[in-house]
Amino acid sequence: MTASPAKEGSNLSLEQRAWGIRRNALLMGEVQGQGYIGQALGAADLLAVSYFHAMDYRPDEPEWEGRDRFYLSIGHYAIALYAAMIEAGILPETEIATYGMDDSRMPMSGMAAYTPGMEITGGSLGHGLGIAVGAALGLKRKNSASFVYNMLSDGELGEGSTWEAVMSAVQWKLDNLIAVVDFNNQQADGPSTAALATGPGTEAAKWEAFGWHAQEVDGNDIPALVAAFDAARNLPEAKPRVIICNTKMCKGIPFLEEREITHFVRVEPDEWQKALALHDTNRPD
Amino acid sequence: MTIGPNSRRKSKYEPRQAPGAGGARTSAMIASLDAEGRETVSAPFGNALVELAKTREDIVGLSADLSKYTDMHVFANAYPDRFYQMGMAEQLLFSAAAGMAREGFTPFATTYAVFASRRAYDFIAMAIAEESLPVKIVCALPGLSTGYGPSHQATEDLAIMCGMPNLTVIDPCDATETAQATRAIADHPGPAYMRLLRGKVPDVLGEYGYQFELGKAKTIRDGSDVLFVSSGFMTMRVLDAAAALERDGVSCAVLHSPTIKPLDEETIAREAAKGGRLVVTAENHTIRGGLGDAVGAALMRRGVHVPFRSIALPDEFLDAGALPTLHDQYGLTVEKIAQNVKSWL
Repeated sequence: MTASPAKEGSNLSLEQRAWGIRRNALLMGEVQGQGYIGQALGAADLLAVSYFHAMDYRPDEPEWEGRDRFYLSIGHYAIALYAAMIEAGILPETEIATYGMDDSRMPMSGMAAYTPGMEITGGSLGHGLGIAVGAALGLKRKNSASFVYNMLSDGELGEGSTWEAVMSAVQWKLDNLIAVVDFNNQQADGPSTAALATGPGTEAAKWEAFGWHAQEVDGNDIPALVAAFDAARNLPEAKPRVIICNTKMCKGIPFLEEREITHFVRVEPDEWQKALALHDTNRPD
Repeated sequence: MTIGPNSRRKSKYEPRQAPGAGGARTSAMIASLDAEGRETVSAPFGNALVELAKTREDIVGLSADLSKYTDMHVFANAYPDRFYQMGMAEQLLFSAAAGMAREGFTPFATTYAVFASRRAYDFIAMAIAEESLPVKIVCALPGLSTGYGPSHQATEDLAIMCGMPNLTVIDPCDATETAQATRAIADHPGPAYMRLLRGKVPDVLGEYGYQFELGKAKTIRDGSDVLFVSSGFMTMRVLDAAAALERDGVSCAVLHSPTIKPLDEETIAREAAKGGRLVVTAENHTIRGGLGDAVGAALMRRGVHVPFRSIALPDEFLDAGALPTLHDQYGLTVEKIAQNVKSWL
């Protein structure tokens, strides 16, 4: 695979960053012996592109006014975002061993009050995009050039409140709002497409029909993600943007990828080290 | 088919007669409280917000297709670029208000009390209250203030909202207090829920030299036989009931407690502990989980054991009808208050 350059000043490729995010997530999963590792591994590439290509932020100043905001709706993906923020230097690597423990700054579900860089309290799904609409309106009032990114899941598209926000973002011409949907087609009771999400090939058309600029990409293809994020950021039209990322749960750890995939992937105690050892042999050049 | 426990309601299959001349009354949504023959003030909330916004550039207004019916249109007309129409979408209304608060603004978000409390609860809880963001939720048609039926009668809004940590809950009495409380919640650093009296709102407390203070209950009049502890427009009603009872030789004090949460337990307990008085709570809210329950529990916890009664709405979905009819039916009128108090003495 050809290495994709990260933004200026970064000496690692996006592939290496995604690898690092996966490694951090596996280490945190091992700490608790559980976690939403399938989601974290699947979303590592889109998070690498968000944090090392698209977004502007200061690792040592998480509330810097000029930052792009990243709103994680899906609180259970916290392990993935912690892994990315550790890779980005927003959170210290030394706290990996505290993940999910009492008094940790990294609780199992993402909450703004606990964690530097965690902008909103997720977990109750269908909140993030509405909050993002308000923040995007607020940023416009302040004449800010910052973007608001909202990472949603495919299951979250079943929440009616998400669509209230979808309509409002068009009404207010929120060209500073970028929704990123992790479409892994897996929600708690089974495939999202067996519930309310319509799935690859049709999901983008739905957003377009509402008036959004919509792109659907392979969410584990870093060059494709880079192109999609660039297009979303540089679009001249005054409309909100969505990137639907079709991802594979457990991406990067073949023996987990092959496991019967469920919302909460079962990993045996001895498998964490096995996964880490395998992962360490696969570091991109 | 007969459904549910409201068996006292006449069968829907029983034909009704048109009312006689002068008997026609309406169950229209927007009923006025100004039938009290008092001075009224127009849109005290909207006008107070406009005044406040002159110096507070952080204030923005949002509504979910109800700006005209929450007096938010007054603000929207004065500051069109600071008003955000969020459409008929209450979950979005409060989420977006949270987003604006995150960016440093002080949003006032208005709708009807039923829609904020019942429909958008999770959004207010998780997007606003959990982080104590300074969103001010101002809601019309609290309790029984419309004859439109249960879809618009927020009879349990205080119970719902008082269950939410971090949320300050206010039930103002009149125009004077609505304006004062608007300024107070704007200055309050956290989130607040304020019940709104809109349109032409009676002005009652001005003549008592009253000044609203967040978290404070205040004695409006003193008396030796009965201590009313009341909130919202029920304070107007108990003041009138107190005057009527005085003519019958019953001396009533009125302690107005507009802040339902945090309740001024200290003042309430001190007043109740003076002894020799029947304590009567009065609220425009279901008997479950509102002012009456909060006062009763506070007195018990503080060891103040006094005769205690509550005037409140029943634990039912209420009827549709003209507001005066319903207030009489459910015991919120001056006459019914006086009658009940006499029966309890």
